[in-house]
Amino acid sequence: MLGRDALMLSLVVVMSAGCSRSAPAPIELPDPVGPPRFPVVIRKPLEAPKILTGSVDEKGNPISIGCATCHTTNPSNPEARLGTLLTKFHQSLRGQHGHLTCISCHNPDEGYASLRLADGKRLPYSEVMQLCAQCHGPQYRDYLHGAHGGMTGYWDLSRGGRERNNCVDCHHPHAPRYPTVMPARGPNDRFQTRGSHE
Amino acid sequence: MSEKKPFSLPVVGEVDRRTTLKAGAATLGLAAWAAALKPMVEWASSLDRDEFFQKHYRELTREQLQVILHKLTFEARKETGKPVTVKDHKPIPGVVFAYALNLSICIGCRKCAEACHVENNHDRPSNQSYIRVFEMQKGGIDFEKGNTTYDRPVPGKDKYYMPVQCQQCENPPCVSACPIEATWQESDGIVVVDYNWCIGCRYCEAACPYHARRFNWTKPEVPPDEVNPNQSYLSNRIRPQGVMEKCTFCLHRTREGRMPACLEACPTGARVFGNILDPDSEIRWVLENKRVFVLKEELGTKPRFYYFFDK
Repeated sequence: MLGRDALMLSLVVVMSAGCSRSAPAPIELPDPVGPPRFPVVIRKPLEAPKILTGSVDEKGNPISIGCATCHTTNPSNPEARLGTLLTKFHQSLRGQHGHLTCISCHNPDEGYASLRLADGKRLPYSEVMQLCAQCHGPQYRDYLHGAHGGMTGYWDLSRGGRERNNCVDCHHPHAPRYPTVMPARGPNDRFQTRGSHE
Repeated sequence: MSEKKPFSLPVVGEVDRRTTLKAGAATLGLAAWAAALKPMVEWASSLDRDEFFQKHYRELTREQLQVILHKLTFEARKETGKPVTVKDHKPIPGVVFAYALNLSICIGCRKCAEACHVENNHDRPSNQSYIRVFEMQKGGIDFEKGNTTYDRPVPGKDKYYMPVQCQQCENPPCVSACPIEATWQESDGIVVVDYNWCIGCRYCEAACPYHARRFNWTKPEVPPDEVNPNQSYLSNRIRPQGVMEKCTFCLHRTREGRMPACLEACPTGARVFGNILDPDSEIRWVLENKRVFVLKEELGTKPRFYYFFDK
């Protein structure tokens, strides 16, 4: 069996392998002696988000624009926080994520078309997990050990691969607390419901 | 001195009161006997000879098992019209399964119970599932105060959620309770039931401290188009009426190397599954690095289902 360190290393390598708009790149695990191992694929978020303008083109399709369309000419407001009431744009944007400002995560140098790490390095949106990991180390550690985040596929990687969620599949970056949901219907429990067999 | 009583048969000749009563009771008794036997006769007529004389699963030769699997497959296809295959999944050598559940991130959405319901061809009217999710008050672990019928947005304030299913105990009380060895533990730790051998006495249900076993009061009703065709003799094939069933860690999936259905359905990633004998497995990392506990440890059942916290 392959060492855990090697798996972690491979995960990190793939996650820092730069942006790709196509399907998620499989993780190739170098294992010359053991049984063949199938890839662990981490779903990648889409590239830089787009914003709907509210108008439609001549074919009726909604027009959306990239961040840089406006942000190359509009200087960033370093004081704007997620809770700040914005007066000109993004008025509907509300958030609850600590005391972060917009540019804690977004990169104003590129007109918000990318993310920015705490050390000032540019990071494509698809690699968002590295950004989250800066503050959420324990969760990232658990994730790398398969103990955080949903997945599907094979427990036995010598028989098949696995697909894993990334952070923003489940946590909205602006309000990361997992949302409240209605539970699915449970089985009838004869100890707590009267009359029916369980 | 001795008066000679003339010989007579009880019902011929002189008929006294006692004899009449006896005869009447015998007639009534016969009728009652026939009535009592009626369901048995009806049941027996639906049971063919091969099934009645089928040996215990573990005593079947490979050929006999093949015949049975073929028959079950054929019958299931006929009944459902779907390309059902009833296979026999054997334990993988060198594998012992264990499961861990993160109580810090489970939100009680019951997606696991729902996935179990679908995957294991459970009875639709009772919405049966091998998983029961307890809504518990933070600060204690009193199942008597737990609620399994909650129906409001989750997670609730000051609540935590505890899904309970078969703990696949290393020392399973349900197995010792069975009078006919219709349930046993396999080499990968999964406790299974031979549905064709079980007599439905429900001793195992009473013996299980986790209340993880279920009884088929009726034959499970599953609409043909909802039947999961990937079936196994010891797990999710549609059970007959009157037998016990239980969680098998989805052995028809996990013995093929796949994750159990409840894990794949979990939206929060609260569930961790794997081979406890593999030192590099995720489950081993959890057991070695997290605060882990088992339910009712004091009973000595040694569950292979663990609960843990993040903090």
